[in-house]
Amino acid sequence: MSDKNDIIESLVKKEYKYGFYTDVETETVPPGLNEDIIRLISHKKQEPEWLLEWRLKAYHQWITMKIPTWAKVKYQPIDFQSIVYYAAPKTRKAGPKSLEEVDPKLLETYEKLGIPLKEQERLAGVAVDAVFDSVSVATTFKEKLAEKGIIFCAFSEAVREYPELVKKYLGSVVPYTDNFYAALNTAVFSDGSFCYIPKGVRCPMELSTYFRINASSTGQFERTLIIADEGAYVSYLEGCTAPMRDENQLHAAVVELVALENAEIKYSTVQNWYPGDELGRGGIYNFVTKRGICKGKNSKISWTQVETGSAITWKYPSVILQGDNSIGEFYSVAVTNNYQQADTGTKMIHIGKNTRSTIVSKGISAGHGQNSYRGLVKVAKSAINARNFSQCDSLLIGNKCGAHTFPYIEVRTPTANVEHEATTSKIGEDQIFYCNQRGVSTQDAINMIVNGFCKEVFRELPMEFAVEAQKLLGVSLEGSVG
Amino acid sequence: MNNGQIILEIKNLHAGIEGKKILKGLNLTIKAGEVHAIMGPNGSGKSTLSAVLAGKSEYEVIEGEVIYMGKNLLEMAPEERAKEGVFLAFQYPVEIPGVNCAYFLKSALNEVRKYRGLSELDAIEFLNLAKEKMKLLELPEDFLKRSVNEGFSGGEKKKNEIFQMIILEPTLAILDETDSGLDIDALRIVSEGINQMRKPDKAQLVITHYQRLLNYIVPDFVHVLANGQIIKSGGKELALELEEHGYDWLTNGKG
Ligand SMILES: Nc1ncnc2c1ncn2[C@@H]1O[C@H](COP(=O)(O)OP(=O)(O)O)[C@@H](O)[C@H]1O
Ligand SMILES: [Mg+2]
Repeated sequence: MSDKNDIIESLVKKEYKYGFYTDVETETVPPGLNEDIIRLISHKKQEPEWLLEWRLKAYHQWITMKIPTWAKVKYQPIDFQSIVYYAAPKTRKAGPKSLEEVDPKLLETYEKLGIPLKEQERLAGVAVDAVFDSVSVATTFKEKLAEKGIIFCAFSEAVREYPELVKKYLGSVVPYTDNFYAALNTAVFSDGSFCYIPKGVRCPMELSTYFRINASSTGQFERTLIIADEGAYVSYLEGCTAPMRDENQLHAAVVELVALENAEIKYSTVQNWYPGDELGRGGIYNFVTKRGICKGKNSKISWTQVETGSAITWKYPSVILQGDNSIGEFYSVAVTNNYQQADTGTKMIHIGKNTRSTIVSKGISAGHGQNSYRGLVKVAKSAINARNFSQCDSLLIGNKCGAHTFPYIEVRTPTANVEHEATTSKIGEDQIFYCNQRGVSTQDAINMIVNGFCKEVFRELPMEFAVEAQKLLGVSLEGSVG
Repeated sequence: MNNGQIILEIKNLHAGIEGKKILKGLNLTIKAGEVHAIMGPNGSGKSTLSAVLAGKSEYEVIEGEVIYMGKNLLEMAPEERAKEGVFLAFQYPVEIPGVNCAYFLKSALNEVRKYRGLSELDAIEFLNLAKEKMKLLELPEDFLKRSVNEGFSGGEKKKNEIFQMIILEPTLAILDETDSGLDIDALRIVSEGINQMRKPDKAQLVITHYQRLLNYIVPDFVHVLANGQIIKSGGKELALELEEHGYDWLTNGKG
């Protein structure tokens, strides 16, 4: 009764907390994509010739490619010629050297987002690289990390300062020929984060990149490259938000991870791009290619993602298990409410002996949301004794949403052991009433059930992130039962 | 509150579901310290009454009023009723996968405590309390770690309801066929739990189809519900008469 009204009201008033816009002077290029635009972007970033050439090759590949249509998502065709491919907040100098040089308005924006960049205020143990529209605006704790030989900086800075490392690994995991959006990203990517952990070094703090789309009509195409050298360890966090707009904006990122012998990379994402309004207007198209390679023996790559935002999510963080005894993990929570659509999952490619992979996918659908898990487990002939365990659970809230599971399994050796489990359940009125009858409100009951459902994934997240993710889930599902 | 104060007063209650009228002018008054039993044939509306009192939204109140502790019960949201001290032990408790009993019950208890102006219990305080009460119901050690009702036997589900009641200490406990599906040992344990909550400032409304339960929980009053109304009320001996003659004895000729 009164509670129901509250919920309906909160649905009507439900606001995306990060939907504000920062009024900064922005430098953009004209909309559309052609060779000149790519040359212009490359020139603005004062890039070396090899990088420009690589971009142009990717561009020529891209124009021959078709938009992938196999995902279970529906949307109006994107007009790639109306997108602005480069937007940067204007600064007096090219690339701020320290936080003092960063536009105070930008620092304020990140404060508002709960990401204070001033190092002394930052929660101990997390270094942040902040990407605003197309460029990295600030990286914290650089000196402290440098003491250990860790490189953590804007991608464009890495191109200038560490060209050999970048050249060696860029595109080595996700070649531009990989797919339509990877090719597009390669042609126009503007910035992102670069991280290198030297041999035997355990990164002493969480590294984090925070992505923010601000300008309108722009796409965001960032590129992240993380290399953990032999015996190194790093835990990396990624967060993102965007202003509320009626238009759809494209985010097509590429993330590449390389783990050498005995190295471990843990990559966590809390994706909270603007999801569109309750009628499905606006929102980010999140078309992302994320892949890691366990290159060396005994290496490990673990992806954890909590996907609550975006109008459409198309994303399959994958692991190539090349080194013997290497381990790949994928833990995912994907929420679709209102008219959101998600087609997400992973690929585990077993090549080395005794390679192991674990997939835990939790899809939550509410409102008119559509949620698909799509996963490939491929075991090559060489992957003797490879093992995979996959678990895909779907939770439905209400009657108008959908959940779908598309597992693909290709096994070329009889020594492999591949297991797949799937469940679908529904939060019923009866469960909610049971909670109500014990004094627990409907919203708390949903949160309780959803958090219980996601427990296995949340416990993979670093502590602060796990708390954040739980809250975020609560907000995303606000008003999902009324 | 003292013995004799009115806890619940149901006046001329008409209620139904999906356009079907089930309760047709029900009257009942329950005072502090009393235990009332409602008996009746299957489909007579016993669970409907408990659902209406607990505030299940599918049920529609067509006429009448329900006063609980001087307040209009029907105006309150279900969780508000719970916090005001109305507890329903469900005939068919639902499973809540992924949410363990400890977490669930601690949340519920703290909601109730907050509402009553008491401090919230932390995890350790809660565990101490829960473990003590678990012994009474002979619940297994790992009980608190299991998901609410998931994979529970019929008996465990009913014990869980009574366990929650004992922890939440409601003013008015409505027990809907808590005896059904219990073997004789479980029936004894569950009844002891219920009897422990029999206090001068509280009341119980025990719904049952069989007289058997009333050997353990001796009611002050017995009411027979048939065709949406209470057609006969009496003392505990009425249950025995019903046992002997069957419900037909009362409903015959009433259609
Ligand atoms: N959801 C429903 N829709 C229609 N009729 C219902 C519904 N639930 C219960 N009934 C009917 O209401 C009547 C009373 O049911 P109930 O209160 O469960 O009886 P009892 O608990 O005494 O066995 C029965 O005739 C039953 O079939
Ligand atoms: Mg019943």
